[in-house]
Amino acid sequence: MVILGTALLAACYLAGIAVGEGIALLIGVKANVGGVGIAMMLLIACLHVLQKRGIYAPDMEKGVTFWAAMYIPVVVAMASTQNVIVAVRSGPIALISAAGSFAVCMLFISLINRVIERAHIASAPLAADSK
Amino acid sequence: MLDLINKTISEGPLVTAFAFVGLVILISNFLGKHATGGRVAGSAIAVLAGLALAWVGGAITGKAKGLADIAQFSGLALMGGAMMRDFTIVATASEVRVEEAKKAGWLGFIALVLGTILPFIVGVGVAYAYGHRDAVTLTTIGTGAITYIVGPITGAAIGASSDVIALSIATGVVKAILVMIFTPVFARFMHLNNPQAAMVFGGLAGTVSGVSAGLAATDRRLVPYGALVATFHTGFGCLLGPSVLFLGAKAVFG
Repeated sequence: MVILGTALLAACYLAGIAVGEGIALLIGVKANVGGVGIAMMLLIACLHVLQKRGIYAPDMEKGVTFWAAMYIPVVVAMASTQNVIVAVRSGPIALISAAGSFAVCMLFISLINRVIERAHIASAPLAADSK
Repeated sequence: MLDLINKTISEGPLVTAFAFVGLVILISNFLGKHATGGRVAGSAIAVLAGLALAWVGGAITGKAKGLADIAQFSGLALMGGAMMRDFTIVATASEVRVEEAKKAGWLGFIALVLGTILPFIVGVGVAYAYGHRDAVTLTTIGTGAITYIVGPITGAAIGASSDVIALSIATGVVKAILVMIFTPVFARFMHLNNPQAAMVFGGLAGTVSGVSAGLAATDRRLVPYGALVATFHTGFGCLLGPSVLFLGAKAVFG
């Protein structure tokens, strides 16, 4: 049943967020600590177990993959609700520190990614997107 | 007739949002394929179109939630809100190949640390260059450069004034939008073409919204790997902001 997949996804989401809140409470932080990441790992683990036992039915899978496919539309909706006006009107401090920090981070990303490619820590580049 | 359409649209905001976003993506894919000869991904154009529409919405209403502040498009706030964003991100984990993620777990952590400290230093430096000298203001603006959630949470914790917090939020929002727009542009420069690179990117670029939209516009298959790391970014920043980073700024600037 399709709903079982979606329900499993929802359960992982809720459990992950709850654990993230718990960690935040424990270390005294006012924001969820990695709840979504923990939910992702839970889902990976659950799917692994289901597949191993051979009870991950194709229509259950649909209940998960549909939402994964909805990801880009959701991101487009998210983009359309950003406070772009504030971003455009913000003074030089906001603009320069935002652009500066992204630029510095990009340099480091580029550097690290070149190093891990040389050291063969990174996998081969993904094949060209077929879609 | 117009009233009838208007009434129907207003009564089903989420469904309207589905139809509207579908239309935006349809047009974007068409433009990507035919106007740019497939050089620019349709999803990158769609994200840009979303931002442009957010600007239109903000300009018309003068409020903070972009196009969603126009009643007929209010469903976009639900569809593009944190709940749906995180729910669909978790769903993309079904595509993660565990061996790929395991290879770079430690790299993700290093990236996370760098992605917190580097923006902070840049933010503090810029604020200092513009004449700010007290540690509270410098820290609040610096943490805003990490993400737009870390900034205000840190600012509130260390007692920054509301205009400084507003500036800090603006810094984070600008950064998220820059990441959305420029990730596909600089993807080749960043060697953003494999799962491990996406994890490094997720830790260093920060802000879930920026990373998720930026990777979506670059290569959809990299999304779960980047998101896996990026979702720890805000929590990690909120942990370091009012503690280590604030104490560090205090030690340097008094």
